[in-house]
Amino acid sequence: MGAVRFAMRNLWRDLKSGELAVLVLALTVAVLSLTAVGFFTGRISQGVHAQATEVLAADLRLESPNPLPERYFTAAEARGLRTARTLSFPTAIFNGDQSQLAALNAVGRGYPLRGHMRISDTPFGKARATDRIPAQGEIWLDARIIAQLKVPLGAALKIGAASFRVAEVLDYRPDQGTGFVNLAPAALMNAADVPATGLIQPGSRVTYAALFAGPPAAVAEFRQYLVTSKSPGERLREIDESSRQLNSAIDRATRFLSLASLASVLLAAVAVAMGARRYAARHVDTVALMKCMGASQAFVLAISAIELMLLAVAAVAAGAALGYLAQEGLAWVLRDFIRTELPPASLAPVPVALATVIAMLLGFALPPLLQLKNTPPARVLRKSVSAPPLAGGSSYLLALAALTAILWILVRDTELVLAMLAGVLGVGLVLTVAGYGLVQLTGRLRGGVGVAWRYGLANVSRRGLGSVVQIVAFGLGLMLLLLLAVVRGDLLADWRSSLPADAPNNFLVNIRPDERGAVRSFLKTHGMGEPAMFPMVRARITAINGMPSASIKLPKDQGRGFLEREQNLTWSDGLMEDNQLIAGRWWTADERGKPLVSISTEYQESLQLHMGDQLTFDVAGESLTVKVASIRKIRWDSFRPNFFLVFPPGLLDGAAGTYMTSVYLTPEQRPALVDLVRAFPTVSVFDVDAILRQIREIMDRASLAVQYVFLFTLAAGIVVLLAAVQSTRDERRYESAMLRTLGARRATVLQGVAAEFSALGFLSGTLAAFGATGIGWVLARRVFSLQFTLDPAVWLIGIVCGTLLVGLSGTLAARRVVNTPPIATLRDE
Amino acid sequence: MQDQIVLEAIGVSKTVASPEGPLTILADVTLRVRAGESLAIVGASGAGKSTLLALLAGLDLPSTGRVLISGADLTELSEDGRAAIRAKHVGFVFQSFHLIPSLTAVENVMLPLELGGRSDARAVATEALGQVGLAARLAHYPKQLSGGEQQRVAIARAFVTHPAVLFADEPTGNLDTTTGQRIAELLFDLNSRTANTLVLVTHDRSLAGRCSRILELDAGHTVS
Repeated sequence: MGAVRFAMRNLWRDLKSGELAVLVLALTVAVLSLTAVGFFTGRISQGVHAQATEVLAADLRLESPNPLPERYFTAAEARGLRTARTLSFPTAIFNGDQSQLAALNAVGRGYPLRGHMRISDTPFGKARATDRIPAQGEIWLDARIIAQLKVPLGAALKIGAASFRVAEVLDYRPDQGTGFVNLAPAALMNAADVPATGLIQPGSRVTYAALFAGPPAAVAEFRQYLVTSKSPGERLREIDESSRQLNSAIDRATRFLSLASLASVLLAAVAVAMGARRYAARHVDTVALMKCMGASQAFVLAISAIELMLLAVAAVAAGAALGYLAQEGLAWVLRDFIRTELPPASLAPVPVALATVIAMLLGFALPPLLQLKNTPPARVLRKSVSAPPLAGGSSYLLALAALTAILWILVRDTELVLAMLAGVLGVGLVLTVAGYGLVQLTGRLRGGVGVAWRYGLANVSRRGLGSVVQIVAFGLGLMLLLLLAVVRGDLLADWRSSLPADAPNNFLVNIRPDERGAVRSFLKTHGMGEPAMFPMVRARITAINGMPSASIKLPKDQGRGFLEREQNLTWSDGLMEDNQLIAGRWWTADERGKPLVSISTEYQESLQLHMGDQLTFDVAGESLTVKVASIRKIRWDSFRPNFFLVFPPGLLDGAAGTYMTSVYLTPEQRPALVDLVRAFPTVSVFDVDAILRQIREIMDRASLAVQYVFLFTLAAGIVVLLAAVQSTRDERRYESAMLRTLGARRATVLQGVAAEFSALGFLSGTLAAFGATGIGWVLARRVFSLQFTLDPAVWLIGIVCGTLLVGLSGTLAARRVVNTPPIATLRDE
Repeated sequence: MQDQIVLEAIGVSKTVASPEGPLTILADVTLRVRAGESLAIVGASGAGKSTLLALLAGLDLPSTGRVLISGADLTELSEDGRAAIRAKHVGFVFQSFHLIPSLTAVENVMLPLELGGRSDARAVATEALGQVGLAARLAHYPKQLSGGEQQRVAIARAFVTHPAVLFADEPTGNLDTTTGQRIAELLFDLNSRTANTLVLVTHDRSLAGRCSRILELDAGHTVS
């Protein structure tokens, strides 16, 4: 019936009277932070995603040993996608009687669809981006080929039956890959020149690739088409499998951004809970009167629920509009840092914000409203009569359910949700218990202090439960802010340390066993250090627990790849630096030569292996069966050489074909590579500088976004404080009036208020620093797999900022109350 | 009509828990009030007057005994059921007026009409305020009105739904003598014009004397 109309009139009256200010502010700030973060992180992660697609030079890439049928290109173009073709095969390039094995890539118009190639004018020189591809008759060569063949730019070279002019030094192709598939240095030519070379014959080892890119929806739809219509020999490559290193970095960035946005939302939820309690407290007399006049409980609940829902919708609209502006502002501020164009913001965060706000209201605002509807009508005659608390702790259950729902809506990661939930609840509990203790203690301390402090401290202990609630609220707020500071600091430090400035940027592969010593001394002489050398053996898995690999059914494509393709194996005495054992144990010196293998988690998950499984490999024609002795988690983003499969020493000694190592080269040292390649013609140098740069860029972007998010968390924290001050406003007004009537000076009353808030801030700050350190440790160790360092600054910042922030803002917010003439207050009572 | 019993209390007691054990604040009160009758409940502070009023109006439930309004047994009804009875049959005037500070005078009077689902609430409330002499004060908020004016608004609000029983709790308690007398005039005038039943709680013997019957309470027991 008229509940909606009644609620709307009521809402209007409440808004006019300013009663809903804190609640509106809390909801709006929640939505503002949620949507601004959502819009911006959405754009950033789309940007990061776009960057990741560079690794394919496309959004989708279909590869095949046979020419790809025209129908794929027609179908893609019909869906509005851009297409390009490439083909690659190994071939020898001749300069006179000197030759060099090269991976020849022939590219067609439009290549690359994502990212840019880089070229330079001198071998290993400074590179620049280009949008063109080699013209017909031109060849672009990797610096190593130019060094090896001693061919200057502009000279002519013969490839197959055709002759080409060396036009550019090829520095980087987006799809050059980070694996070690293309050991030979690359040469790039126009696809139209391929027939003239006459190199493609039946049986040639050619890889044809079709590249597709376009709007995400069209790409997704076309992907489905390819999955259902591609032939068995054709392999669809997507971003997800393109680069483990990139994925690892993106994964961390996204997790961390979710965590950051979550902090603001949780703080806002605290503010909403306090705002709703205030709403209920302010309406309790009205509700008693309405029930006295015949309003039913359902009607009372409906009015407040509708009022809050209307508020929620308004807050979502206003907050989302502000959020949109805020993220536009951020994009503008960061325009110099974000070099690529960010995609436009999608509206996806708006329904997420609405769902979160509804969960917040149901969990944090509903309990006071449920209690409000139970207000006894007899309150109109006796003020001391109030509603009984909700039965069976249902308000806590509602809050817990809402908290879990919010965490899930925003994070969608069970482990992180559980860690956050345990952290927030654990600290809430600790704060509550500690808060009780401290409130009691403060009551005892007041004997030895001046009148203002005595009044302030007496207030802390007299308000009892109220003080505990405030300590818990401030403590949680401060804890989340500190947590963000702790985890953020540690995460950024870890990112930096996982990718130090001297992270290896060149891999040397194909080092012959007899060249090992010579290569090592070359590196040492040229100041490139003495890096570890890893033996490399090519092998293919043929059976798991006796079952031939051809007959094994697997759910994922990656596992199929592991079964079908040769893998690089190595052996090692000890566990590699970036590896962490998660099952089994590492072999001892006595187990040298035993048929054991240590596998990576990727290998284990893809092939669904277990400890003790028997794996059979074909190593250079010989069959070798080994037992899974351990499982390792590898940090791929360290950029040091790592292997899916590691054997104990002594088992494969005879089979090692080559060795590999990785070194860091400064730009000045790069020309020495020319000498290295000349001295050791079989050694291939694999330059990962470009991909390293790409990853650093992604990390920088993510950390900037996180710092921005921090501002919203701070704003939400301030709203919590305002809500807390607001919640004791009426009581404070009356007390202040009474004290001043009794002759207290205004300054004395104000000092008392300052003492009370400073004490609350000090207590909350101490507890928050404790909580943030604890949760930071759990998150760093368990979720992000980082080293956690105890930061004393957290304690200092927590206590000092807690005392100052709460003390100052509390006093400022309560100042107006103290300044109200006592007579005005007492008349109202 | 005059003989019809609209309000009845049978053996009503109220006991509450206190640190010293159960405390009986009202003991075995039985009374019957006929339509159009006016009853004054008098007694010293703490005699149980307000408790009896709360029980008679169904704002609270007795520990033992029954209360009936227009034949409906309040003790057998849920809280919502009692609220429905109040909406239909009961009006209130309080000592501290209990106007909603965020609502104007006319909006305060509209409240019970709106709760009853009346679509003509504003017109009816405007007329009611006219009857208590506040036609010029419709858009004023409570804090812009004097105490006497606020109580007039409260009286208009109480009568606007034409309740069968009007409960008044110390209606002149917060007013000076002259204003109190005017308010009492208004209350009894409207009571006689609408022929409803008036149950009045007061300290004021002269005010009680204007009622057709007086019930005196002493420490929770009926004296007369």
